[in-house]
Amino acid sequence: MVVNCEKVWKEISNYIEGDVDIGLRTSMDDHFRACKKCTSVLRGTRNVMQLYSDERMIEVPAGFGRRLERRLVQGARVRRRAWSSWSTWLVPVAALALIAGGLRWANSLTGAHPLRSEHAQAGRNIPPDMPVVVSEGAKEFHVAGCEFIHNKDKVRTLTAKEAIREGYVPCVRCMRKYLQTASIPHAFEALEANSGGTVGVED
Amino acid sequence: MAELNVVLSNPEQGSTREQELIAQVQRGKTELFYELVRPYERRVYAAALAILRNETDAEDVAQEAMLKALANIRQFRAESRFSTWLIQITVNEALMRRRRERTRMTEAIEDNRDEEGEYTPRDFADWREIPSEALERKEVRQKLAEALASLDRKYREVFVLRDMEQLNIQETAEALGISVASVKTRLLRARLMLRDLLAGGWEQGWFSRLPFEKGTKPW
Repeated sequence: MVVNCEKVWKEISNYIEGDVDIGLRTSMDDHFRACKKCTSVLRGTRNVMQLYSDERMIEVPAGFGRRLERRLVQGARVRRRAWSSWSTWLVPVAALALIAGGLRWANSLTGAHPLRSEHAQAGRNIPPDMPVVVSEGAKEFHVAGCEFIHNKDKVRTLTAKEAIREGYVPCVRCMRKYLQTASIPHAFEALEANSGGTVGVED
Repeated sequence: MAELNVVLSNPEQGSTREQELIAQVQRGKTELFYELVRPYERRVYAAALAILRNETDAEDVAQEAMLKALANIRQFRAESRFSTWLIQITVNEALMRRRRERTRMTEAIEDNRDEEGEYTPRDFADWREIPSEALERKEVRQKLAEALASLDRKYREVFVLRDMEQLNIQETAEALGISVASVKTRLLRARLMLRDLLAGGWEQGWFSRLPFEKGTKPW
């Protein structure tokens, strides 16, 4: 294959890059041997590439490195501070979230909310499907019509099992016959065990 | 251009040390980051300058790019060259800055198309190779910088990334968001135009005081 000057100029950059096939390379080599101008172009182009690839050709403003270093040091400090302030509240928040999650998980195991009154007594043998009423803001559940229902305008009816699950405790008046001196957690264990019969602690 | 003030180390040297530094910075020793990027700071600046053509903007973008590199150091993977990664971040930052400036200034979008016609190199009677020792002289560097600055943006960017920053053709294409074919076309023209500019400089006496050996013949 014979190549002319135009073809050589078009491919000279690829030739220098080693990005031409062997046939074209051989033809271009032959051409350079015979053509003074193309040899001049080749050497000139290589000279250009050699000169500009020299690191001395890259000049930076005086103090450039010092200013860059200062900014990077500041940037690194800001990043550390940001991480530090992030971690100072992130760690306790994560811990609280874990604790809260753990409590929620524990509650989900018992299926019950925390008791609304820590001084209340658990009942025993309360029929789980017995309709009871609770009122907004109160801690106890009652039989319908109990005179000790607070906030009677905002009552809702549910089963005893549901009320106990929600943390309500039996009214000491209307639910007296179901009250025994039993520890509250046991009442919930019994609730889980007795979901089909009665709720409360067995003697 | 400001005075050259630091002699660069070869970026390929000390690669083990570089890997150690990268690992340490990735583990949180951010105070070592400047030591890691120092060998490349000038190349980073040159990449920004090639795109922005303003020394103040180039320095600012170079700093921004290095901060971005620090923030994303954990994403750097050993399979690519660290210098290439830094330069690609810098080019990206510079292109974004230019886009923002252009929007703000409502400048006309530059012609980004490749020239269709073929380039014919000039024929010079009195052109000699410029030896690399000549780069010790400030006036020579100045003339070369001026020749490069006179190139149209699309040629200058490709030339700087490929021939000065030593990115390969593919990396240059990716950094600038253009095709490999465009890189090759622009690179050819940039190299030939610079050759013509420097060869023409002989006629204008740019290099007349260079201490060439006696008997060196014109091509």
